[in-house]
Amino acid sequence: MTDKALSIDQVFKDRGKTRVLDDITLSLAPGQRVALLGHNGAGKSTLIKSILGLTPIHGGAIRIGDATPGSAQARRETAYLPEAVSFHPALTGREQLTLFAKLSGEKADVPALLDRVGLSDALDRRIGTYSKGMRQRLGLAQVLLGKPKVALLDEPTSGLDPISRQDLYAIIDELAAHGTAVLIASHALTEVEARTDRIAIMRKGRMVADDTLSNLSALAGLPIRLQVRASTNPDALAAELGGKRINGVSVELLCSPDDKMEALRRIAGMGDAVADVEMTPPKLEDLYRHYAQEEMQ
Amino acid sequence: MTRFLAITRTEMLILRRNRWLLVATLIMVLFALALTFAGSAPTGTLGVDMLTVSVASMTTLSVYLAPLLALMIAFDAIAGDVDRGSLSLLLSYPAGRGEILLGKFTAHLAALAFAMFIGFGAAGAVAAWFGGAGPESLMALVRLILTSILLGAVFLALGYLLSALAKGATAAAGLSAGLWLVFVVLYDLGLLGAVVMDEGGTFTQSVFPWVMVANPADAFRLWNIAATEGVAMASGMTGAAQALPVWAAPTSLLIWPVIGFALARFAFRRVEP
Repeated sequence: MTDKALSIDQVFKDRGKTRVLDDITLSLAPGQRVALLGHNGAGKSTLIKSILGLTPIHGGAIRIGDATPGSAQARRETAYLPEAVSFHPALTGREQLTLFAKLSGEKADVPALLDRVGLSDALDRRIGTYSKGMRQRLGLAQVLLGKPKVALLDEPTSGLDPISRQDLYAIIDELAAHGTAVLIASHALTEVEARTDRIAIMRKGRMVADDTLSNLSALAGLPIRLQVRASTNPDALAAELGGKRINGVSVELLCSPDDKMEALRRIAGMGDAVADVEMTPPKLEDLYRHYAQEEMQ
Repeated sequence: MTRFLAITRTEMLILRRNRWLLVATLIMVLFALALTFAGSAPTGTLGVDMLTVSVASMTTLSVYLAPLLALMIAFDAIAGDVDRGSLSLLLSYPAGRGEILLGKFTAHLAALAFAMFIGFGAAGAVAAWFGGAGPESLMALVRLILTSILLGAVFLALGYLLSALAKGATAAAGLSAGLWLVFVVLYDLGLLGAVVMDEGGTFTQSVFPWVMVANPADAFRLWNIAATEGVAMASGMTGAAQALPVWAAPTSLLIWPVIGFALARFAFRRVEP
């Protein structure tokens, strides 16, 4: 028995001569939301397909609860939303979802599920007439079938407008509240920031980070960015503060979290020479760049 | 256990919705009727009823049409889902790959059977009404319909095999056209060439009939021709049929769908969506 909803332990996979998954270890507790970030080709989709048992792994082990990937039990307990999913254009949303409900062996209230994702008006229209966002919502509706132990969402926000994204994250929160472990592979960094419990970053088939956002920030030691706008002479200000000029009137200054207050005191002490100060803490984007490109520089 | 039926139901819906069923049935009816009327001339000279002549013409028609219609549905079965990105989703559900393939096969075969039954049935009824029919020619008609469905089953299974092997639905369509050409046209041309070269030697005497019956399309033809004397006379193809034991053609046509399905199942297992 294990208390993990999903555990991935030292997984390797080769495709030809390239190692596409290299010593991947990751685990999700029930109800946990984890963002899986990485460039295109970093191995996110391959990892998800390995969890589903759709592609073989060449070392290590993956468990969904106690089940092995691809086993009947594992397939009952996982829900999956493929990247840019598409369905047969001749079927209606209701027919497609009814098929999935029958395949999963669940007694499902199909109209209620489609209503939950905002498709109640398109219930009996052909999928061929759906927009990309509507197809994505239909894909999301089938994730909600049954009570999955693990939900794997590959780029779930692609093609969605901002309001739909809000809905999507509300649905993800709902899944997590019911005890489903949710793994979200995404490029939409800023949204993932607020909406997940942990962040895992992959680079070239390796897991380069796996922690909470604040821990990752502290670990990376990324600088805080201070932008100081001069009231008259930016060159003099730059010379005094030791930063660099970035446009006609401003000076940019980078400092570590520990030196932040010291720098602010110096700026405040300069009186009228400073017109304005803007402070930007490191964002997920900087963090992502730090971890995902570390060795490339 | 009932999962493959859910797939079957959905596939039937698709065939109805995208008009495949309607078009296939129309094609069958039109061609069968046209051949029945065009081929009604030799009735008097051969001394057989019109339905017999009609069945002989429709046998030739079915050799071309049954594989074509079957391949037209089958090529998209796996490659189409791969292209749409919906196969990975389908395979993440508890239904096994065998169940998915069986579900599609059941639906596609039912649609083919419907088109064959209506098409040949309508033409047969017309021939019987105008030119008479007997118990023997009615049997020939029933045999024609059932063997056409079997021939369709062979090419459905082979179509799935190509659909699993091909990279994309377009490639699968191309491969299917090639397969049709080889089995239905080139195979016979090759055999004909060999027989001409051999000039009645051992190849023509003993090997040729077996090579011929190994092709499901030819097995279909031989079965229908050998079984009814009238049909054999009307089609003028008695020689090859007499050189083989009675069980040869039926065995070939019954084994092919099983082999084809097993190959398709094996190829499908290796598909990584």
